[in-house]
Amino acid sequence: MTAPLLAISHLGAVSGRGIGVPILRDVSLEIAHGETHGLVGESGAGKSTIAKAVLGILPHGIRLTKGRIELAGRDLLSLDARARRELLGAEVALIPQDPLTALNPGRRIETQLTDGLILWRGQAFKEARRRMLALLEEVQIREPERVMRAYPHELSGGMRQRVLIAAAFGLEPKLVIADEPTTALDVTVQKQILRLIRAMQARHGTGVVFVTHDLGVVAQICDRATLLYMGKVMEQGRVATLLEAPRHPYTQALMAACPRYDRPGQGLEPVPASVFATCRAEIAAFDRAEAGHG
Amino acid sequence: MIATGLLRRLGMAAATLFGVAVVVFVLLRVAPGDPIAMMISPGASPQDIAELRARYGLDLPLFSQFGIWLAGILRGDFGTSISLHRDVLGLLAERLPATLELAIAACLVAVAVGGGAAIAGTLMRRRLGEAALDGAIGLMLAVPDFIWALAFVLIFGVLWPVLPLSGRMDPSVSVPFVTHFYLLESLITFRFAIAGDIIAHMVMPIMALALPLAAIISRILKSALSEAMVQDYVLIARVKGLSEIWLVAGEALRNVIGPTLALTGVQFTFLIGGTVIIERIFAYPGIGNMGIEAVINRDLPLIQGLVLVFGALFILVNLAIDLAVAAFNPRLRHG
Amino acid sequence: MAEAALAKAEPASPERRDRGVLRAVLAEPKVVFGGSFILLLIAVALSAPMIAPHDPLEQDLMSGTLPPHGFAGASPDFLFGTDDLGRDVLSRLIFGSRIALTVAFVAASLAALLGTLLGLLAGYFGKMTDIVVSRLIEIWMAFPPVLLSILVVAIMGSGVGSVIAAIAIIDWTRFARVVRAETMAQAQADYVTAARTLGFGRMTILFREILPNVAPLLLGLVTLEMGIAVIVEAILSFVGLSVSSDTPTWGGMIAQGRQIIYQAWWVFALPLVALFATVLAFNQLGDGLRRALDPVMQR
Repeated sequence: MTAPLLAISHLGAVSGRGIGVPILRDVSLEIAHGETHGLVGESGAGKSTIAKAVLGILPHGIRLTKGRIELAGRDLLSLDARARRELLGAEVALIPQDPLTALNPGRRIETQLTDGLILWRGQAFKEARRRMLALLEEVQIREPERVMRAYPHELSGGMRQRVLIAAAFGLEPKLVIADEPTTALDVTVQKQILRLIRAMQARHGTGVVFVTHDLGVVAQICDRATLLYMGKVMEQGRVATLLEAPRHPYTQALMAACPRYDRPGQGLEPVPASVFATCRAEIAAFDRAEAGHG
Repeated sequence: MIATGLLRRLGMAAATLFGVAVVVFVLLRVAPGDPIAMMISPGASPQDIAELRARYGLDLPLFSQFGIWLAGILRGDFGTSISLHRDVLGLLAERLPATLELAIAACLVAVAVGGGAAIAGTLMRRRLGEAALDGAIGLMLAVPDFIWALAFVLIFGVLWPVLPLSGRMDPSVSVPFVTHFYLLESLITFRFAIAGDIIAHMVMPIMALALPLAAIISRILKSALSEAMVQDYVLIARVKGLSEIWLVAGEALRNVIGPTLALTGVQFTFLIGGTVIIERIFAYPGIGNMGIEAVINRDLPLIQGLVLVFGALFILVNLAIDLAVAAFNPRLRHG
Repeated sequence: MAEAALAKAEPASPERRDRGVLRAVLAEPKVVFGGSFILLLIAVALSAPMIAPHDPLEQDLMSGTLPPHGFAGASPDFLFGTDDLGRDVLSRLIFGSRIALTVAFVAASLAALLGTLLGLLAGYFGKMTDIVVSRLIEIWMAFPPVLLSILVVAIMGSGVGSVIAAIAIIDWTRFARVVRAETMAQAQADYVTAARTLGFGRMTILFREILPNVAPLLLGLVTLEMGIAVIVEAILSFVGLSVSSDTPTWGGMIAQGRQIIYQAWWVFALPLVALFATVLAFNQLGDGLRRALDPVMQR
């Protein structure tokens, strides 16, 4: 087996000063090259925090307390700021959650799309532009030339998200992190975007980390997934296995809560309180053990 | 669309200028004291005085005086200066370039210093340097151009005399200039030694005018930049791996220039007014200095002409600011 | 139950609210520093005849251009030195503060009064009133302020009254603009609509409802204006157009000092420092008041 693309081991994070409130509790996961991995959990579970930790953009109140993050075999956390910026800039791309605010309103699309290629692939503007034009066609934008010359406010939300997807994959990075990329979009557009990301991933062979709260999305496009609750990994593994035979009561409850189109009578069951009680007891025990080791 | 907006604004500008003319005209003629009395020699007869008064039209009713003067302005005839015995328009044309050079240079310096300080302050976010810079700017905000000028006179003119205290050029040098834009001309014709001398004379008045404006620009721009830096698109750019300097100056800056200009625009017009006392302090031969002399001498035609010129400058600067704000907004650029 | 809910809905009693404001204001360091200096200056100005070591107008040609204490050739009689006519610099500084402060308080108040009135009317009644006032403001701002103030003083003749009038005539626009904008914003508020439906007249609403809400904004602005007034007075006396040349003013001292700056730089420098310190104090005070009153307004 080749070395994993991304290896997170025993990552811990807290918010606030001093001991702080735990945000991540001993999180470990591995992503292979070309794998699509889902990071699933409800709001506040810590999935965004993991993504931000990898990208090096943790907000000021949150800090890592322990653990390693290895990207393509290199220890991210031990690199100095400049080396980290170079490694991440060239090999990791982000598809952000809100396409409306993620593009600079004062710059044309063509300049924003070519940044990465010029900076990290040593291409000249003309060359980079030609390449991104081809990519705009790949993401099924109908008038790529017009979009190139446009300003962000001239494009619709769906179009902006496609542009951001093109930007992410156009760089040919090893890893793309998609942070809930469909949350801000219409339902009708969501499905298209998901299929697009899957297609791009297949064509370019990139690893993808898909951060989402929607098990349905994970079912559609992820190979493997990590399920988080309150910063702790509840379940992890191949998506097929997870969905067919969930081991953890939380996963089971989540599955039961999903509306099923093939079994119209079932689904929409609320997660029973007993499950939460179990989870919280588990986490409390974990915290006590951690404190004992600290 | 832009054209009609421009036309409307020009129309309002003309109305404002007209209002300025009316106000100064009335103000000067309700004043106690006789401007004629200042001009005559002691032994003049009542007849001579009456003649003089008639010559300057001061015996006519207010309306007529204004009408005559206005008609003259539209013809290009600004009247004759009572104290300097020369054509007012010629006097204005002679002195205006000096003030323009001063004011424009001061604006540029203010933008450079203020902008630089704001960018530096934003780059030093959450570090000790930022607090020090903020404190310095805060102090600078309290110092008006008048005090800067006097402090410079003391420090650089007397205690450590490295700069000339008055005038525009070394009086012993006589070089023929074609225009009255001494600095511009000497630079264009590569007479750098002379340009250097002119700049040495301009340094203190320029800094006195520029520093208060720079402090304001710095405060407002830094605040706007700090707000912009937490926006999503800056975060995305950071993830792309762009350097911190590019994030501030390349990503955030272009989106905050417009709003910053809108807020600070009026301060540029204050700079124009500041030239009056600054030129006086440094005996700089511009229209500001001439204005003080004109008022002291009750030189009505000259005062009226000067006020019109200042008014026109004020309006032009306002217009320029408005256009610049629109230019920096990509949403407006496309009609 | 109903009484409890009603009690909670009642606004805080006036005394309780004011005490909170005073405490907030005094807690702000800028207010303390700026305010103390101004109070000190007021004390100096009021007690000038008693604390000044010499008569500010008294000339002593035998003791001309003596340097201040600490420099070679200084005299213990004249702590801050003398000018070329032998007049004590310290005494002149002390008496100069009287003019500075008088002009500051009176002129700023007048400018505030005029500007606030016009701003309120323009902001509340809108339409024609607003158009007229706005035009007036624009025309006024097109004049270079220093030139206009010199003009007014030249017209009205020198004297404290003229200086005060000049400042008020020129700077009312500063208040009018801010008050107009604030009034327009307040006029949209619910409490104004409520007052209208209750049948209150428009003038009553303007002065009893809107003005008190605009007032905190004014306090900071008036303090700022006082600093500006001190500067304008200094400029006018620098140009020789303020009060009669007998009364010592800081601007006048600076102008005189400019003539003899190479022989006696202290005559120029010391009033400049006094001027700067006073303006700084007013600025800090105004800044601090604004910051202290802002959150209170929102409460």
